[in-house]
Amino acid sequence: MGERIVGTVKRVVGPVIEAQCSDDAEMLELVYVGEHRLIGEVVRMRQRSAWVQVYEDTTGLRPGAPVYGTGEPLSVELGPGLVGGIYDGVQRPLDVLRARTGDFISKGVHAPAIDRNTRWHFVPQVQVPCPAKGGMVIGTVRETDAILHKIMLAPSASGELIHIVPEGDYVVDDIVGRVRSGDGETDVALFQRWPVRVSRPYAERLPQSTPLITGQRVVDTLFPVARGGVVVVPGGFGTGKTMIQHALAKWCDADLVVYIGCGERGNEMTEVLTDFPKLIDPRTGKSLMDRTILIANTSNMPVAAREASIYTGITIAEYFRDMGYSVAVMADSTSRWAEALRELSGRMEEMPADEGFPAYLPTRLAEFYERAGMVKTLAGDEASITTIGAVSPPGGDFSEPVTQHTKRFIRTFWALDKQLANARHYPAISWRDSYSEYVDDVSEWWEKKTNGEWRSLRADILSIMQREARLERVVKLVGADVLPDSQRLVLDVAALFKNAFLQQNAYDKVDAFCVAEKQYLMLKVIMVYFEHASEAIARGTALATLNKLDVMRDMMQMKFECGNEDIPKLRDLLARVERAVREYTSTPA
Amino acid sequence: MNTPAPQPEPPGDRLLDRREYVGVTEVSGPIVALNGIHNVGYNELVEIGDGRGNIRLGMTLEVSEGAAIAQVFEGTSGLRLSSTRVRFRGEPLTITVSPEILGRAFDGLGRPADGSPEPSGEERDVNGLPVNPTARDYPRKFIQTGISAIDGMNTLVRGQKLPIFSGSGLPHRQIVAQITRQAKIVGEDTPFAVVFAGMGIKHDEAMFYLRSFEESGAMGRVVAYLSLADAPSVERRITPRAALTAAEYLAFDLGMHVLVILTDMTNYCEALREISTQRQEIPSRKGYPGYLYSDLASIYERAGMIIGRQGSITQVPVVSMPNDDISHPVPDLSGYITEGQIVLERDLDQRGIYPPIAGLPSLSRLMKDGIGEGMTRADHAHLASQLFAGYAQVKNIRALASVIGEEELSTLDQTYLQFGETFERKFLSQGLDEDRSIMETLDLGWEVLSVLPREELHRITEEEIRKYYGK
Repeated sequence: MGERIVGTVKRVVGPVIEAQCSDDAEMLELVYVGEHRLIGEVVRMRQRSAWVQVYEDTTGLRPGAPVYGTGEPLSVELGPGLVGGIYDGVQRPLDVLRARTGDFISKGVHAPAIDRNTRWHFVPQVQVPCPAKGGMVIGTVRETDAILHKIMLAPSASGELIHIVPEGDYVVDDIVGRVRSGDGETDVALFQRWPVRVSRPYAERLPQSTPLITGQRVVDTLFPVARGGVVVVPGGFGTGKTMIQHALAKWCDADLVVYIGCGERGNEMTEVLTDFPKLIDPRTGKSLMDRTILIANTSNMPVAAREASIYTGITIAEYFRDMGYSVAVMADSTSRWAEALRELSGRMEEMPADEGFPAYLPTRLAEFYERAGMVKTLAGDEASITTIGAVSPPGGDFSEPVTQHTKRFIRTFWALDKQLANARHYPAISWRDSYSEYVDDVSEWWEKKTNGEWRSLRADILSIMQREARLERVVKLVGADVLPDSQRLVLDVAALFKNAFLQQNAYDKVDAFCVAEKQYLMLKVIMVYFEHASEAIARGTALATLNKLDVMRDMMQMKFECGNEDIPKLRDLLARVERAVREYTSTPA
Repeated sequence: MNTPAPQPEPPGDRLLDRREYVGVTEVSGPIVALNGIHNVGYNELVEIGDGRGNIRLGMTLEVSEGAAIAQVFEGTSGLRLSSTRVRFRGEPLTITVSPEILGRAFDGLGRPADGSPEPSGEERDVNGLPVNPTARDYPRKFIQTGISAIDGMNTLVRGQKLPIFSGSGLPHRQIVAQITRQAKIVGEDTPFAVVFAGMGIKHDEAMFYLRSFEESGAMGRVVAYLSLADAPSVERRITPRAALTAAEYLAFDLGMHVLVILTDMTNYCEALREISTQRQEIPSRKGYPGYLYSDLASIYERAGMIIGRQGSITQVPVVSMPNDDISHPVPDLSGYITEGQIVLERDLDQRGIYPPIAGLPSLSRLMKDGIGEGMTRADHAHLASQLFAGYAQVKNIRALASVIGEEELSTLDQTYLQFGETFERKFLSQGLDEDRSIMETLDLGWEVLSVLPREELHRITEEEIRKYYGK
């Protein structure tokens, strides 16, 4: 499709321009504006006017400047070379831009998202001729140590695959196959394009049943998320949203992670860029960067591109899902995306709803979150996208529109608590306000791993935490001294659970990641202690005596002292706790 | 009223399109609207002649075919619809940068304000360009400010943006002055250059800062951009950008380490709100425009370091919290962008504790990478975490004590109260000129921690307890 002039600039209002248009501009068409050829997208048309949101700074843009249409919607390039890359909100490769224009991002620089010169070793997986089906894998490319890139036919493909190249090294725009259908013949390259605002098709949706193990105890044990699930993490500033997103990006057991830094700090992206290549994925033994794709549209980068960034990210995620992978998407932060939406909406003089946000905010949120899910792909594999969206509510107030609307479309809610963060209790996920609707979905998986104990252990500890909350109210009025030992034990065990279990040090080598079995045993140690200690107290032992036991210290330190491989050590601790407390339960009451 | 159509004047001397127009169609607050113009770009500089020979500067906020809306930095008082002359410069606002700017004072738009002539040098667009995230160098170099509450618990690192959240009457001035006086990298002796942007602050406040720079002998390393309380408020939109443009030049062209003080960001935001309201934009919270976050980010994100370049920009903005409310949009959005915050607390101030740095809500996000073995000391992270945890407990117990009375507290709770008192009096408190080394700060931290029984120290390893506890 040829490039053509579709109109001229009529009015410039920040990132939005109004253009005088000929008839053939299309809705959501990708356009280039002015002599710098700034990237933009047509977002509204009326009579002979088109509103274009421009993904770059519009300083100096003048009325009368030409607007070039491309005839295509805003799309991403999908093919080998994506993994380990860092892109801006409209998929411009930031490292290439840097090599081209230096340390600062200047206007009107274009570069293909995936490098055209790298040669990839293509291994055909089918023999021609064979029937062609949408999403069919015709060959593979070893993209990184962790990711085997599957070369798929476009989802719309049908007919017959009549040609495929032999194994060998190819660049991404080389033709590797040809499909013949009723409409004629179509070439297949190593890469394809897909419009970002359209979700990629799959065969069917599947129920969620496997947890996404994140290695974070409070998440996996208390508020789990299933593969294919959606989570929102709301929290005021300083409560550790980004820390949680980073921890999950590092340790969750997804095959591929797409991390979208949407309107956040530049240094946070730099941190990912410097840390991840050095970190080793505990499952594959390869560098974490080998399974990570970064979309970085930091807060000082153009606001319209921020709006596009989450679509760019999720479309890339869908592409890898279609290969049969389990993909995790971190969007940090969706509030900044919603604000970008608000700003653009305001500039287009649309009627505002809540707090100036456009009335279609909930629709857009739903569209985004619904692109997550557990599916059967067109090629017939089970694959998933799990989306974890951060929300930054103004003033930490969860009643604001973005948090409230998001809550309608998600099933796990990790509420970050300012007070926990102030006491440097991290992750600051509140056990009172958070919830997960996936508990039932994943419990079968857990029950298998834990001799059928997971559900009851989890329920027991939650009931202790609830009793603690009630007792806390009494303590606030009269102090803890007046409570009987049996109730003070509840407080003590709740404190033990908070300090020894819930708190997790993201910067500690041993504690940063905690395998499922270790989580189960740690919880079991605490509950066994509680059970026996309750009995001992019922038989007249003083709580103070129990608090002097050596095992108290060991329980406190178990997260640091028993590594993920030291499971026998934890079993040993379990036995010791049982022995130590049982001494006091053998005496008659 | 019938407005005369603007008359294009003969072409200007340098560029063909540097035309001058006479007459504007609307004046509303700091905003003017013009009709019948051609070839004007968005965000470009406008010169406005008031018909009495004075030129005021402005900037286009919106352009369309034949019309434009511009804000006038120096206010619109005395402008007439018919006789106002407007000239479009066809370029964004720039300031002059050169090594000569060190030691100088400029107004909020970057013009000399100290009686000396305009420096000669290169013109730079005040809006700057966003740093490519792949070009950023991650900040990890510890800056010793000599203030225990900062160094010990909310460590500042080179290239960080760490604001001070203050309230009216709280001593943020003294703290900022003390930081600028004492800030250094241990083991290096290149001093920081200071770029100071004063926005909407009073004359005496500006004088206080400049005098304190002078007294510490730093004046030769200071560049000031001042848009004081009586200057037109719209000018403040430019002031921090001018200052940061100078800072970027000093840091990334001349290789200096620059400390940027921006005070007071709340005044800056008010100016933004004023313009937004005049333009009848849809407001978000408290009348601030919906793009406040992006706008603030375009300022704060200009801190940092760049791979392969020598210098750095460290920002210490002052944000005053109206009515001490940390959830007010300005501190709230700032907190979402900056890498932590130093929060001042009125209660501590009233009890005579200087610096009144609130123990719990203060935070430095980059601390974790700037401390520890080889940078400060291996025990630093655990020590700080334990101090935070202990002090959080103190706050709970104080709340309890206010209900049941101190006498009713358990012995352990009373020990905690004593710890809280010692922490505030010994660790937080220090003199205006007291410059504590990081080792002194850490040792002091242990001294304070030793008030607590060792079983209470959950966040510290056995080895650290053996080495430092009660020594």
